[in-house]
Amino acid sequence: MMRVDWTIYLSFLGAGLILLLPRESKNLIRWVALLTGVAGLLVALQGYFVYDGWVREMVRSSGGLQTGFRDVVDVPWIPSLGIGYHLAVDGINYPLVVLNGFVCVTGILFSWNIENRVKEFFAFFLTLIAGVYGVFLAMDLFLLFVFYELAIIPKYFIIAIWGSTRKEYGAMKLVLYSFVGSAAVFIGILAMFYSTRERTFDILELARHPIARNVQLWVFPLIFFGFAVLAGIWPFHTWAPTGHVAAPTAASMLLAGVVMKLGAYGCLRGAMLLFPQGLEYWRWWIAWLAVIGIVYGAAVALVQDDFKFIIGYSSVSHMGFVLLGLATLNVIGMSGAVLQMFSHGVVASLLFAVVGRMVYDRTHTRQLDELGGLAKVIPFACVTFVVAGAASMGMPGFSGFVAEIQVLIGAFRMSPWLTAGAAVGILLTVAYILNAIHKVFYAEDEHRSTGDHGSHGGGEPGAAGHEGAGESRWDLPPITLPERVGAVILMALLVIIGLYPSIMLDMIKANVEVFLRGMP
Amino acid sequence: MTPLSYFAVFRALGAETVLVLTALVALTVDLASLRRAPLPVRTRRLGAVTVMGLLASVIPLWLQMDQPRQVLLGGTLVVDGLSLFFKLVIVVLALVTVAISMDYDVGRHVGEYFAVLLFGAIGMMLLISAEELLTIFVALELTSISLYILTAFHKGELRSQEAAVKYFMFGAMSSAFLLFGLSYVFGVTGATSLQGIHEFGRTAPVGGLGPLLAVGLLFVLVGFGFKVAIVPFHLWAPDAYEGAPTPVTAYIATGSKVASFLVLLKVLFIGFAGMQGSAFWGRFASGWTMLLALTGALSMVLGNCAAIVQHNVKRLLAYSSIAHAGYIFIGLTAATRMGATAVFFYIIVYALTNLGAFGVVAALSSRAGGDELQDFDGMARRAPFLSLLMLIFVLSLAGIPPLGGFFGKFYLFAAAIQSDAENFGLLWLVVLGIVMSAVSLYYYLILLKHIYVADSVDPSRVRTPTYLNVTLALVALAVVALGLFPDPILALLNGLLAAL
Repeated sequence: MMRVDWTIYLSFLGAGLILLLPRESKNLIRWVALLTGVAGLLVALQGYFVYDGWVREMVRSSGGLQTGFRDVVDVPWIPSLGIGYHLAVDGINYPLVVLNGFVCVTGILFSWNIENRVKEFFAFFLTLIAGVYGVFLAMDLFLLFVFYELAIIPKYFIIAIWGSTRKEYGAMKLVLYSFVGSAAVFIGILAMFYSTRERTFDILELARHPIARNVQLWVFPLIFFGFAVLAGIWPFHTWAPTGHVAAPTAASMLLAGVVMKLGAYGCLRGAMLLFPQGLEYWRWWIAWLAVIGIVYGAAVALVQDDFKFIIGYSSVSHMGFVLLGLATLNVIGMSGAVLQMFSHGVVASLLFAVVGRMVYDRTHTRQLDELGGLAKVIPFACVTFVVAGAASMGMPGFSGFVAEIQVLIGAFRMSPWLTAGAAVGILLTVAYILNAIHKVFYAEDEHRSTGDHGSHGGGEPGAAGHEGAGESRWDLPPITLPERVGAVILMALLVIIGLYPSIMLDMIKANVEVFLRGMP
Repeated sequence: MTPLSYFAVFRALGAETVLVLTALVALTVDLASLRRAPLPVRTRRLGAVTVMGLLASVIPLWLQMDQPRQVLLGGTLVVDGLSLFFKLVIVVLALVTVAISMDYDVGRHVGEYFAVLLFGAIGMMLLISAEELLTIFVALELTSISLYILTAFHKGELRSQEAAVKYFMFGAMSSAFLLFGLSYVFGVTGATSLQGIHEFGRTAPVGGLGPLLAVGLLFVLVGFGFKVAIVPFHLWAPDAYEGAPTPVTAYIATGSKVASFLVLLKVLFIGFAGMQGSAFWGRFASGWTMLLALTGALSMVLGNCAAIVQHNVKRLLAYSSIAHAGYIFIGLTAATRMGATAVFFYIIVYALTNLGAFGVVAALSSRAGGDELQDFDGMARRAPFLSLLMLIFVLSLAGIPPLGGFFGKFYLFAAAIQSDAENFGLLWLVVLGIVMSAVSLYYYLILLKHIYVADSVDPSRVRTPTYLNVTLALVALAVVALGLFPDPILALLNGLLAAL
C-alpha cells in the first residue's frame, strides 16, 4: 500500500525522468508519461480502500473537526514560521485527487498525437499534474499556496507553445489572472497569520482557533475571491473561455476539468473553513454572483459560433453551480457542490476531448457553420459528445444530475429565488448543448442546401442530388485507440457516479457535516 | 586604543590578503609567461589562477569562523560571524563571476581584468567588515573604482565606454553626496564609528535627529541610493548594465549590491538606530524608514513598469534589479530583527539568482550574436540545459515557489507585517510589493516566451563548456535549495544577528 502523497512525487519523478530521455524517442516519452499517469491514478484509487472504512466510521461517530481528516504526512518544514509539510485526506479532497488521476491519464491519451516538442510537453504536463495533486492534499495554507502557484506556470507554456487560436494572449491572460488572484490570497494569508496568536499555517490548527471577526470580514473576501478567480466566478471569469480555447486539448481538459476546481477547492479550504464569520457575511454575494455566472455563462455559450467557446463558457456556467452550492452552507447543497466539482471535471474533460481532439484536430475548424454531418463520419465522437452533453444538461442517470439537483435543493433552502435563477441556466444549457449537437454532428442537409443555393444559385438538381446521396463531404481519419480508451474511461465514470452516487457522496457528506459543525 | 599590530590585522584579514597576493600573481603570470598565448587560453589559465586564489581565501575565512568577535584598528574593522559569512558569499559570487568570465571575451588585458575583479572583491569584503564611516567610504570607493574600470573593459565598443563614463559620473556624484553627508554626521555627533553615532543618538535629547543630522542622514541615504540603484537614483543602472561586459554586469548586480546593502543595513540599524521614525500607515513620522518606504515604493513601481517595455535582456534585468532593490527596502523599512534577517536572506537569494541569470545571458549572448530579446528566440531548442537553468532563475526572480525568490519575498513581506502586527501599519507597502510582483510576472514571462515559445531563425545547437554548465547548475541548485529548505539559513542568519 502506498500513501496517497505518492501521487505528487510520482508525477514529479515522471516529469524529471522525461527530461532525461532523448527528445527523438517520442513513443518512449509518451509511454513513460502514460505509465506515470496510470501509476498516480492507481495510487489515488487504492487510497479508497485504505481510507474508505475509516470514512464510514467517521460518519457514525460525531467528533470534533479534527476527526474529519486522516493525516498522510505531517512533518515540520519551516518551523520558525509554523509551516509544516502537512498532507491529509478527507471526504472532500479525496474525490478531487481521484478526478485529477483520471483527467491526467485521459489527457495523456488525448495528447498521443502531439508531435511537436513531445518531451517538453509531457514534462510540463506532469509538473502541472503534480502541483494539482499537491494543492488538493495540502493541509497547510502555505504549502497549499506553494503548490497552487507551482501549477500556474506550466499552464502558460503548455498553452503558449502547443495551443491554437490567439495562444500567447490566452496563455498570458490566464496566468496573469490567476497570479493576481493568488496575490490577493497571499495578502490574505499574511494578514491572517499575523492576526492569530498561534503563528501557524496549519489549516486544521487554525480552524480550531477562531480569528477576530473584524479581521475575518476583510481577509475572507481577499482569500475567497482570490481563489475564486481560478474557479471562474463572474465577473472574474474572462480568462476561462479564452484560456480554454487557446489551450491544446489535454490542457483544456486539465484547465476546465481540474484547475478550475483548484480555485473552488481553495475557496472551501482556505477561506470558508477558516473564516466562518466572514463567510456568513459574504455568502449572499457569493451566491448571487454564482447565479449570475450560471445564467451568463450559459447565455453566452448559446450565441457562440466557435464550438470550443461554447464549452469554454459552459465551464463558467457549471462552476457557478459549485460556488452556489458552497454558499448554501447546508449539507445537501455543499455535498452537491463537491460532487459537481468531480462531475464537471469529468464532463468538461470529455467535452473538450471531443471538441479539441476528435473534431478540431481532424477538421481544422471549429466554426459551427462550417461543421456538420460529423455523426456519419466519426460516430464515436458523436456518441461521446451526446453522453457528455446529457450529463452536462443534468440528465438523470448521469453524475451531473445527482450533483446539480442537490445544489438546487440546497439553494432553495437558502432562497427560492436562487434556485429559480439557476434553473434558467439549466434551460439555457439544454439549448446550447442541443444546438451544438445539431449543428456539428447532424445538420448536413442544411449546410448542403444553403451552400448550394449560395454558390450554384439553384444549379443542376442532379449534381446536388448526387452529393446529397453520396459520401459525406468529410474525409477524416478514424478515431484512434487512445481516444476511444480515454473517452470510454470518462463516460464510464459519468455513468457509475450517476447510477451509484453514494460511492462518493457518502464520504463527501460525512465531511461536509463535519465542516458545518464548525460553522457558527 | 590598543597598540597597532600589523600582523594581527593581516591575520584577521587573511582572506583579503590572499586575494591581494592572487591579484599580483595573476598580473605577473600574465606578464611573464602568457603574453604570446592565444586569448582564450590566456583567459582560461588566468581564470584558473584566480579561481585557485579565491578558493584559497576560503581557508582563512573558515578558520576564523568559530572565533569570537574581533575589533581591529580602534573599531574601524570588525571580524565576526556575520561579516565572515558574507565574505564567504562574496567569494562565491566572485568565483562564479570568474567562471563566467573564463568563457567570455574580455579583451586583451586579461591579467588586469582578473586583478581588478579581485580588487573589487577585496573592496566588498572590507566594506562588509567596516563599522566606521571613513573605512566604509574608502572600501566603497575601492569597490566602485574597480567596477568602473571593469565596465569599460570592452575597449572597442562604444556602448561599454559610454556605460563606464555614465557609471563613473553618477558614482562619483554619489560618493560626493555620501562624503558630504558623512561630514555632517561627524560634525554633529563627533564620532565616525557607527557605535559612537549610536551612543550619541541614545544620549542626545529628542531622539537625536536634529536638523543637521537629518541633512547628513539624507545625504548618506542619497549616496547609498546611487550604489544600490534605487529610484530616483537609478538612472545609471540600465546603461551600465547594458554596456558593461556581461560578466561584469553580473558582478555589479550581485557582489557590489550585497556589500552595499549589508553596510547600509549596518549604518541604519546600528548607527541611526532610534532615528527611524515611522512609515506605518496613518502614523507617519520623519526618520529613515519613511525615506526608505517612499524610495522603495517608487523603485518597485518604476522598475517593474519600465522593465515591461525593454527589448534588451540586460536592460530588462537591470530594471528588474531596481525593482528588487525596492523589495529589499521593504525589509529595511520594517527596522526589526526579522526585517534584517529577511534582507540578508533576500540579498543572498537575489545575488545568486541574478548571477545565474546573467551567467546564462553571458554564455548564450556571446554565441547567439547579441543580447536583444530576439536573439534568445528558440533557445530552449538550441541550448536546452542552459534554458532550463534560465527558467529557474527567471521564475525565482518572479517569485514563483518553490524557488528561493519566492520564499525571500514571502519572508520580506512577513517581516514588514510583523513589525506592526496589531495594526498592519506596513500593509500598504506589502500590498504594493505583491501587486508589483504580479506585474513583474508579465515581463519575466515575455523573456521566457522568447526562450521557450518563439522559434529561432538559426536552429543550430549552442554548445557551452562543461565547467560553465556545472557552475551555473550549482547556482541553480542553490536557488532551488534555498526555496525548499530555507530554515537552516534563516537559523544561521538569526544566530549571527543575535551575536551582533
